[in-house]
Amino acid sequence: MQRKPHSGMPVADAVQVLIDHRASGQIVVTNQGAARLWPKLSRRPLDLHYNPSTMGGAIPLALGLALAQTQREVLVVSGDGALLMSLGALVTVSGSGAANLTVVVLDNGLYEVTGGQKTPATAAVDFAGLAKSAGFPSAYRFRDLAVWRGQAAAALSAAGPRFISLEVEPMPPEYLRSPTPPLAEQIVEFRREVGGRVEISSVQSCCRAGS
Amino acid sequence: MFSGPEIAATLAELDFTHVVWIPDSATGPWETALAAAPALRLVRVCREGEAWPLAAGLHLGGQQPLVVLQTTGLFESGDALRNVLLDMRLPLYALIGVRSELVADSRDSARTFAEPILRAWGLDCVWLRAAADRTKFVEHVRRCRQEQKPGAALLAEGPP
Repeated sequence: MQRKPHSGMPVADAVQVLIDHRASGQIVVTNQGAARLWPKLSRRPLDLHYNPSTMGGAIPLALGLALAQTQREVLVVSGDGALLMSLGALVTVSGSGAANLTVVVLDNGLYEVTGGQKTPATAAVDFAGLAKSAGFPSAYRFRDLAVWRGQAAAALSAAGPRFISLEVEPMPPEYLRSPTPPLAEQIVEFRREVGGRVEISSVQSCCRAGS
Repeated sequence: MFSGPEIAATLAELDFTHVVWIPDSATGPWETALAAAPALRLVRVCREGEAWPLAAGLHLGGQQPLVVLQTTGLFESGDALRNVLLDMRLPLYALIGVRSELVADSRDSARTFAEPILRAWGLDCVWLRAAADRTKFVEHVRRCRQEQKPGAALLAEGPP
């Protein structure tokens, strides 16, 4: 199926549905454009906006958190470009059996944070279908905001690990230009909230964060 | 060099909670023992680039992961390593199999570049060349933890 350019839900509205359904004690991991959008809409100590990140790394990072914090639900919001860099992560997640993990992909067909270049996908990729084939017990694909709002509660409480693809419009510039909170500060706040044993390395980076 | 039961016991002694791995021909035979170890969870990944952020998530969640991969996977996962160890500054530890290290005069580039690459990333490394180096491994892991810095053990392996 050919993808219409810029078709889908307004991305901020689609993400707001996730925020509205967020459970108490739930960990949220975002990266790329979502790491700029989400903190403008909501801030909580259990948020980890993973930027600077390694592309494709948000889902494995969230899986690690889900395996470490089995008593908590973990939600990861990433982009289609990042997922395409690490499609095998879908198999890693399903193979892990982490029932407390929800993977959400904001699919706009673009490498958004670099200016909106197209991904190699020339047609709409059925990421939910890929997730289902990879072994996710629950996988959904939403293109319409009203439908997403109406079915979000059921999708977010289905058997895990669960996968949700949201087809969205490109992110408005006011969100894309919004800075992600400094990762070092987030980690301090996050570990305080999680209450686990977390050391920060004494080794200093030789480069500026974000470079 | 190490049998599966030996490495599983050593990792348990060091309080590792998870082994995040992609096996090679030298570490692969450890699978049964690692999977059966009561204090360890074996986490299988599809690509080495997944291993570092997954271990980062485990660490942030309060666990003590060990990353196990081969040098070829180390090269592939350089950006993930850089991000997790330098941007996030998480003191993770890895056990890295170095293909052909035990082959005299080998020109295998997977061997040639192993240690220089790790040094370039600023990782504190130790070589494990014989079963007797188990103590060296244990001491190195403990020292890295004490100093809160990332580290790696290079496991000398035979031919591919």
